[in-house]
Amino acid sequence: MKWFAGAIIAAVLLLPPLFAGDFYVNLASQILIAAIFALSLNLLVGFGGMTSLGHASYLGVAAYLSALLTSRYGFGHGTAALLSILGTVAMAAFFGVIALRATGLGFLMITLALSQVLWGLAYRMSDVTNGDNGITGLTRPAPFGISLDSPVAFYWFALIVAVIAFVMMAIFVSSSFGSSLKGVRDQPRRMAALGFNPWMIRWITFIYAGFWGAVAGLLYVYYNKYIHPTSLSTTSSAEALLGVIAGGSGTLGGPAVGAALVLLLKNYASAYIERWNMLLGLVFLFIVLVMPTGIVPGVHKLVERLRGRSS
Amino acid sequence: MTASSSDLALDVMGLNKAFGGLKVTQDISLSVRPGERRLIIGPNGAGKTTLFNQISGDMRPNAGKIKLFGQDVTRLAPYQRAHLGLSRTYQIITLFAGDTLEHNVTLGLLGLLPSRWQMWRPLSSYRDLASEARRTLDSVGLLQLAEHPVSELAYGEKRRVELAMALSQKPRVLLLDEPLAGLSDSERATVKALIASISKNVTVVMIEHDMDTALDLAETVTLLNYGRVIVDGERDKVIADKRTREVYLGA
Repeated sequence: MKWFAGAIIAAVLLLPPLFAGDFYVNLASQILIAAIFALSLNLLVGFGGMTSLGHASYLGVAAYLSALLTSRYGFGHGTAALLSILGTVAMAAFFGVIALRATGLGFLMITLALSQVLWGLAYRMSDVTNGDNGITGLTRPAPFGISLDSPVAFYWFALIVAVIAFVMMAIFVSSSFGSSLKGVRDQPRRMAALGFNPWMIRWITFIYAGFWGAVAGLLYVYYNKYIHPTSLSTTSSAEALLGVIAGGSGTLGGPAVGAALVLLLKNYASAYIERWNMLLGLVFLFIVLVMPTGIVPGVHKLVERLRGRSS
Repeated sequence: MTASSSDLALDVMGLNKAFGGLKVTQDISLSVRPGERRLIIGPNGAGKTTLFNQISGDMRPNAGKIKLFGQDVTRLAPYQRAHLGLSRTYQIITLFAGDTLEHNVTLGLLGLLPSRWQMWRPLSSYRDLASEARRTLDSVGLLQLAEHPVSELAYGEKRRVELAMALSQKPRVLLLDEPLAGLSDSERATVKALIASISKNVTVVMIEHDMDTALDLAETVTLLNYGRVIVDGERDKVIADKRTREVYLGA
């Protein structure tokens, strides 16, 4: 059963570039980027119990840094990527210190406020960010001299990064540190009494989530070759959060499935239905009512029940 | 002659804590020698658990000092006190319900090890931790349930997991907050035997209402009422004291 599911996932990931047209290959690349982003948010929301409504900060800032460094300051893509990630991680470390003064709703509000500050800056500091016009004319990197300009080439690149991200985060949550994180989520007082430092565990996770958010941001700006303040908006954060919750927070596959769902609705359904947001709302209503823990745990439970009945 | 505080396992001096106008700890001083078995009794609301919370660091006192083996820990965070050899159990069971017993106890072991920061190696690959956790579970008679999630356990068994988690840390000072609460007679006997078997290297301070069982385990007794120490001393003297009868035992 497990290898069967694995084979299906591998087929879904490997087939698009072979059969599908450019539109679908591009859509698949976007799903991979959204999946990395949702997975990084899931470290906070699902495994850390820290619900953030400002995760777009890390995607957006990394994307803007890379855009500015390459287009304005003439850095190569490699150096720019490294600096963007370092800068974003440093920002996550700083934001973490502020946001982790609170937990729960307070934490959520602080992350929201911080991301709004960045969004406002991106809009208003138009001499740096070009404001509402965004930064255009960006290029994709060419790792090892391989051009990523074709949809298929970019898809392979995004897939490699996504697989690395997934494996790294899977290892992270099953590690000693990941177990400590889950412990702090469930019983912070007990964990402190056992010798764990809950604040430090949350802070390190916050930074690590910021790191993968930055990686998603780089892919995002490479894909679009364009960056606009909406990448930093609350909508962007909220879509990722919806993806995490719909797919199943605190699971590894859930956020990827949820992110794919949001993106498909957004890109595909919006072509047919003008009010795709309404459709999105209905789909979420359905998920929350039928599978309150998310799609992946919900389907898992359903399969278990069906197998239990057949045997 | 009072012992100097460095000879004491736990030395509480002039502790005060108030919630608004409610004084829950009033000038409490306690001296517990290494290896001592101290029982803390008192009516409901006497401030017993609040005292524990201040010793463990969950609450900051408004005034006073707490020393652990001569070291002032009053300003230290709970996790720092754990690293100095302090462990506790909770009156209200505080376990990781969805995780196995083995995982629960493993967390207890991990809390004091540098490998708790390890991010690149699955926790399940630490075979030595798992076998140590199983040894501890064996010592409280729950080895056969090691693979089961805590949520499947009976109440009395959960109490023993609480104990196993604290014991796995090999504490120097162990605080037990009503370890017998809500147990059946047979479970009571089991847990009593367990507490009695704790090494004399461990100093045990215990809050308990079940006098029949707890008095057998105690060498010294402290009676609290309205946040104050009323009587404090050798078990038999405290029991014989007329104030103990008035406040707690009844006529």
